[in-house]
Amino acid sequence: MTAPAGTPRLALRGISKRYPGVLANDNVSLSVAPGEIHGLIGENGAGKSTLMKIVYGAVRPDAGEVLWDGAPLPAHSPAQARRAGIGMVFQHFSLFDTLTVAENVLLALPGVTDRAGLARDIEAMGEHYGLPVNAAQHVYSLSVGERQRVEIIRCLLQKPRLLIMDEPTSVLTPQAVERLFATLRQLASEGVSILYISHKLEEVRALCSRATVLRGGRVTGTCDPRQESVASLSRMMIGAEPPRATGAARQPGAALLEIDRLTMPPLERTGKALDAVSLTVRAGEVVGIAGVSGNGQGELLALISGEDRRAPPQSVRLAGAPVGGSGVVARRAHGLAFVPEERLGRGAVPVLGLHLNTLLTHDAGLTRGGLISASAIVALAASIIARFDVRTAGPTAAAKSLSGGNLQKFIVGREVVKQPRVFVVAQPTWGVDVGAAARIRQELVALADAGSAVLVVSEELDELFEICDALHVIAGGRLSARIPVAQASVERIGALMGGGAETEGAHA
Amino acid sequence: MEQLAALIAATLSAGTPLLLAGIGLLVNERSGVLNLGAEGMMLIAAAAGFAVGFHTGNPVAGLAAGALAGVLFSLIFSALAIGLATNQYATGLALTLFGAGLSAFAGLAYVGKSVPFKSTFEVPGLSALPFLGTAFFKLHPMVYLALALTGLVAWVLARTRAGLVIRAVGESPESAHAIGYPVRLIRVGAVAFGGACCGLAGAYLSLVYTPLWVEGMVAGRGWIALALTTFATWRPWRIALGAYLFGSVTMIQFALQAEGVEIASQLLSMLPYIATIVVLALISRNPAFIRLNMPASLGKPFHP
Repeated sequence: MTAPAGTPRLALRGISKRYPGVLANDNVSLSVAPGEIHGLIGENGAGKSTLMKIVYGAVRPDAGEVLWDGAPLPAHSPAQARRAGIGMVFQHFSLFDTLTVAENVLLALPGVTDRAGLARDIEAMGEHYGLPVNAAQHVYSLSVGERQRVEIIRCLLQKPRLLIMDEPTSVLTPQAVERLFATLRQLASEGVSILYISHKLEEVRALCSRATVLRGGRVTGTCDPRQESVASLSRMMIGAEPPRATGAARQPGAALLEIDRLTMPPLERTGKALDAVSLTVRAGEVVGIAGVSGNGQGELLALISGEDRRAPPQSVRLAGAPVGGSGVVARRAHGLAFVPEERLGRGAVPVLGLHLNTLLTHDAGLTRGGLISASAIVALAASIIARFDVRTAGPTAAAKSLSGGNLQKFIVGREVVKQPRVFVVAQPTWGVDVGAAARIRQELVALADAGSAVLVVSEELDELFEICDALHVIAGGRLSARIPVAQASVERIGALMGGGAETEGAHA
Repeated sequence: MEQLAALIAATLSAGTPLLLAGIGLLVNERSGVLNLGAEGMMLIAAAAGFAVGFHTGNPVAGLAAGALAGVLFSLIFSALAIGLATNQYATGLALTLFGAGLSAFAGLAYVGKSVPFKSTFEVPGLSALPFLGTAFFKLHPMVYLALALTGLVAWVLARTRAGLVIRAVGESPESAHAIGYPVRLIRVGAVAFGGACCGLAGAYLSLVYTPLWVEGMVAGRGWIALALTTFATWRPWRIALGAYLFGSVTMIQFALQAEGVEIASQLLSMLPYIATIVVLALISRNPAFIRLNMPASLGKPFHP
């Protein structure tokens, strides 16, 4: 375990990895010193996730070697990586849905037998880092944000010497991000090396002392991000500055989506009850709902999309029509389009091709007498791919073969091309890089410009401030009053978000 | 009264092979592997166990041989379905057909032969109790062993790390692989346990329950054990409930037939199957409960 001073804790030399149709990593080298926070930035499909899986031993490189304290890790496996002290917080979580939080953590900690003590440790760790979790809860009942908390806590409990974090902050409040950064800085000062993968360039500038930029699987630069600007980092990453979403000045029209004093107990025992939620989205406006996940967003969205049909008919109205008890298809007929936060499994069927996934929410002109017109759906999928710049092997590629950001572009595109009257989207840019995120935001604004009502549920405040005309904050199942963006500030919204988060842990 | 006690004893004996096989297959399936070769494994083990018991005159050797045959047969399945990631359904079906043919061929020399093993043992002191003695304490040790195994498996799955790892592998082999567990090795182990249990069940049939060799003598019990795991929502004690329910209805319909009840015997023979499925379907109709217990990766091949 002892290495001469100056030896990097982790060094990658000439790593290459080819997948069918794409060279994911091309001769990549980088090194991380003990106690260094090293940023890894790059667009979707730039090869960041593949590179990290190689470090973690989950994927074997075609060429190159991984050095740990100066010595190669030859027969590399995740178990070995963890024994060596490499911990990873995955972007696509490696959690077990039907097990409890405590059991999930236990699986990653060989040698722990005291389950009651572990549950206390988990909750204490969560408390300490501002990541509240209930150790006895089953993972399937947790929101995406809560699942990520479990991942982070599980990793920290392993006392890693190198911590890999793949887009860890996208589901945290601004205050919680600050707390997490404080934690990471403290870990680094104790000698833990951190590899921080993010598309949020501001965060990389605030946190990292060194950064490696990947583009198209190759290293395009290594820099001290504190000496760079967001614009210069962007240029290294995508070769251009991302455009900001801009819309024409709009006059809001008729109310197209109305939620009227909706109170509803949760479907799942561990869900959040909604308490007198009211909101209105008019034609030609973008309304945002901010909040830490797990505060009732999922429940509200299910009631809007029609997956949950228990609402009184008049409490959910689409263009004036009461639809509280109607199903998904009926609401779609009223002009509703919905993009859920889970892309695989809910937004798209993982094993089906993109063209078949297109068919799921489109009907007009794609079938004749119940028979699918193969050429029409392939053509439609191809047009979505072209318009939204989706990086994929083609319109028949399986949905699960796409990276998270590219699949999101496709799913958003699939709904946007229908020109829906009401468009509801959850976490539109979660895990999506700056270039693709800007693209998606621009489309949302353009949709409102064209007269649609757009509702965006997001945990990224920057995004909401950029594209929304008005905001609500959801906390503990209650929705705040409407706040015009001109009167909102990050501090004010953040405080409202935190108000709900503090009451968490009381339920169960 | 004595009749009822005899019926209880007969129920426990008849339910034991189903319980043994069902518990083995439960562990098997909790790891995410569906082995439709259960019937074939039981047949092979019944033949192997009978042959060894016949030649050695030792029932314990016969049972051990049955378990070993089950393990070996399950390893064929593992090599194909886990090692080469072939389709689990097709592989299991092939195994059942293979087992039926091989056991008939290997058992040719033993057709009509029987083994002279005792099928009941008296528990000292307790077997003299009125009613209870006949009902519960004049049985074959395998009956108690099967119950003990059920308790052990329930405890291991719910309370130990080994059980947690098996459930995790069945839930999401990708996640288990990602945090460093040898998914395929764990699955081979679980399938081998299933093979050993099915083997014991098969050998119990040919050495204890009906101590003679008849071609195809497992008579669909492998399939019933497979169905039990599903209807019992992968819970050990519910498998015991289903197995004994099946055993009791089997015995009751025998008794009814013997009494000459005016119902077609074919209809009576269906009763155990219908009763078992109806009862287990009723107690497991809560979808959230099934979701919580069903191994999510069941039947899907895993490519690391």
